[in-house]
Amino acid sequence: MNNTPRLELQGMTKIYPSVIANDSIDLRIYPGEIHAVLGENGAGKSTLMKAIYGVVKPDRGRILWNGKPVVIQNPAHARKLGIGMVFQHFSLFETLTVTENIALAMDDSPRLEPLAERIRTVSADYGLPLDPERLVHSLSVGLRQRVEILRCLLQEPKLLIMDEPTSVLTPQAVRIMFDTLRRLAAEGCSILYISHKLDEIMELCHKATIIRGGKVTGYAKPAEETAASLARMMIGKELPICSGKRPVISGRKCLQVNDLSTKSADPFGTDLQAINFSVSEGEILGIAGISGNGQQELLYCLSGERLVDDKNLITIYDVPVGHLNPDQRRNLGLGFVPEERLGRGAVPGMSLTYNGILTAHRHGMVKNGLLRFRKAAEFAQQCITGFSVQCGSKDDPITSLSGGNMQKYITGREILQQPKLLIVSQPTWGVDVGAANVIRQAMIDLRNNGSAVLVVSEELDELFEICDRLIVLAQGRSSPSLQVQDTNKEEIGLWMSGMFPGGPKEKTPRTTTQEQDGYVC
Amino acid sequence: MFVRIEPRPEPSRVMKYCSPLIAAVLMLISGLIIFTLLGKDPVQAFHAFFIEPIHDLYGIGELFIKAAPLMLIGTGLAIGFRANIWNIGAEGQMALGAIFGGYIAIIFHGSSSHFILPLMILCGAIGGILWAAIPALLKTVFNANEILVSLMLNYVALLLLEFLVHGPLRDPNGYGFPQSVLFSDSAMLPILIEGTRLHLGVLISIIGVGIGWVFLEKGFTGYQLQVAGLAQKAATYAGFKYKKLIWIGMLSGGITAGIAGALEIAGPIGQLLPSVSPGYGYAAIIVAFVGRLHPGGIFLSSLLMALLYLGGESGQMNLDLPSAVTGIFQGLLLFYLLAADFLIHYRLRLNSRQRENG
Repeated sequence: MNNTPRLELQGMTKIYPSVIANDSIDLRIYPGEIHAVLGENGAGKSTLMKAIYGVVKPDRGRILWNGKPVVIQNPAHARKLGIGMVFQHFSLFETLTVTENIALAMDDSPRLEPLAERIRTVSADYGLPLDPERLVHSLSVGLRQRVEILRCLLQEPKLLIMDEPTSVLTPQAVRIMFDTLRRLAAEGCSILYISHKLDEIMELCHKATIIRGGKVTGYAKPAEETAASLARMMIGKELPICSGKRPVISGRKCLQVNDLSTKSADPFGTDLQAINFSVSEGEILGIAGISGNGQQELLYCLSGERLVDDKNLITIYDVPVGHLNPDQRRNLGLGFVPEERLGRGAVPGMSLTYNGILTAHRHGMVKNGLLRFRKAAEFAQQCITGFSVQCGSKDDPITSLSGGNMQKYITGREILQQPKLLIVSQPTWGVDVGAANVIRQAMIDLRNNGSAVLVVSEELDELFEICDRLIVLAQGRSSPSLQVQDTNKEEIGLWMSGMFPGGPKEKTPRTTTQEQDGYVC
Repeated sequence: MFVRIEPRPEPSRVMKYCSPLIAAVLMLISGLIIFTLLGKDPVQAFHAFFIEPIHDLYGIGELFIKAAPLMLIGTGLAIGFRANIWNIGAEGQMALGAIFGGYIAIIFHGSSSHFILPLMILCGAIGGILWAAIPALLKTVFNANEILVSLMLNYVALLLLEFLVHGPLRDPNGYGFPQSVLFSDSAMLPILIEGTRLHLGVLISIIGVGIGWVFLEKGFTGYQLQVAGLAQKAATYAGFKYKKLIWIGMLSGGITAGIAGALEIAGPIGQLLPSVSPGYGYAAIIVAFVGRLHPGGIFLSSLLMALLYLGGESGQMNLDLPSAVTGIFQGLLLFYLLAADFLIHYRLRLNSRQRENG
């Protein structure tokens, strides 16, 4: 290692009309270093990375590249300097092959056959085997991420930026990606690793820059810190933990799904194949799995936004509901928090109060076809106070809330209606630690009061923290259920790749598939 | 490209309500420029166009007579527009209202019963509803585009009206003119204020706007329509029945246009003619948008639009302007409104980065 930083940021500042996203941030990363940028959602991590990659222009501050000041004009310029970035959300064309996708992103237009050969060599070389001829829509999310990573590796980057890369991977796949990153670093590549997952950063990263509210709150060597001390720097207080669950009360079966199969309306969606599970009163059932394995389709069927041909496939307290619309199912005691907040769970352009009416109208807010605004306002206020939603007032537009507060409000709206069955999808996606805690606690309290709760999540930590039982969804099939205390993340991780009794990969042990190295999902 | 269009981070809420005013002012300025280019004295033209028509009580009565169908239809259309249901067929639905209402007046010609007027209005409403039900049915069953269907049905309706007054409903003693008999007094709306032509239909229209206000702003169905317009996925998530909302959105325009058609022939016209509306059904679309799809705003914008009609007539008589001038003003108003709304959500930026790169 020499003493010139590969990349140095001095006083980087980016001001948006409503918020200072970055406030004079200093950051230094040396060749061969894996450097974490740690912060909660909305802390300004992504803005900072986009500034380095030339996507946004900083308002103030300097970027030094190998000791020389540069102004990065655009992503092409960044790539020319040797900066590669793997985004959290992929930008791949589903109808094209891996080679074609990679060729599209290159600045000169290469010939496809030699490129395919290079992809094969480089991917094998880094232990990330990938068939260049495959069409992207047939790839799992983990493999798609591999395409994105290879796209960067082919440019032989000096600095690789990874934005929340593990959110789409099984625990096994995370191992493999870490090995690749360590090897890259050993070859002298610098890696900027953005995440809010403390354990990953402690395991992988040499140094960390912690930001909160757009400002640097600390520099650390993760190996010398504890999760608690990092969390303190990240959220400014102790990491909150949820209070305990009461022992399982074995109640009546509430939701029952029997052999549910559907064809997805989206040509690149997932068909559900013979889904079976049930949720009882007083328990939280978790559905683990990587997004895109049928979660969307299953939830549409459960909420009633999509009707099922045979009404008996889904029952609530033995009442067939497959043919009922969401409104009718809510009358039977269903509450539902979708993963899309704005535009589905909440209406942009309406106030908090009006958004309360959306599903809570059945609780005395409508009389003779007219809205009772006082009732609605009371309900909204209850939601805001009960779930500590930070907002100006109940008459503010819902879009003025941050992601975490919006999720608290929507979850609160559903829970305050005292559902017998609550279904929550990705309860803490993009939600800060404090709000995530409020939401998880609320689900546990609801369970303790005897309701049935179904949680669909990608975060295994979260599922292990709050659930009583787990099932896994892989390629549109459901696994048998496991008591949380009888399993562990490794087993669930394997199951997430489809290797469970009756699962899509059951008969083909890991060595014979082309996604052989556990980077499967 | 030297100019880039980029979304504004936070569209101004104040400007959302100011944009109709800005549009009206820009329309005025453009109008005065056009007058000047035509060689008219702009001050005199302004006076003839906007002051002259309403300088006395009679003129104000005329203003309300013209505004009445616009505000009534505008409110009915706004109910659908809020849910992104685009009924462009009010002109035809109005014609059907006139045909149905006029038919009652013609078959009960000479009778002095008090039930004729209410029956005319009821049948007018039914006529409008039936005509609006066609695009609604085609949309809910076949997913046919309601804009095209309702628009094309306008021409069918107008030809139907023309056929009827040239044939079956023609006044047998009318020397072959294409018009029906003059309605009896019992089929005519009473005048409200002596010395004007202000008739009961104006009051009915204002009441209609009031009902629309309660429906949209206080009613649960109005809320559902609003949700469906802002975020259809949220409406599905909540379990609102979208097909029902399509029917409500289409038929609300049909019923108001039908009633307006009946009121027109029972009010200022007094008989069935080949044409019963100077484009009220189209102008009401502009009225609805200039009024921000809010009944209060629609009331005000209908008065502005009525003034354009009156000003156009006055301009033709006093300034020798072509009759197209009313349409030009309507077009300018809508154009500026759309531009102002666009600029609330987007801004133009000179593309300086391009030059840096050379």
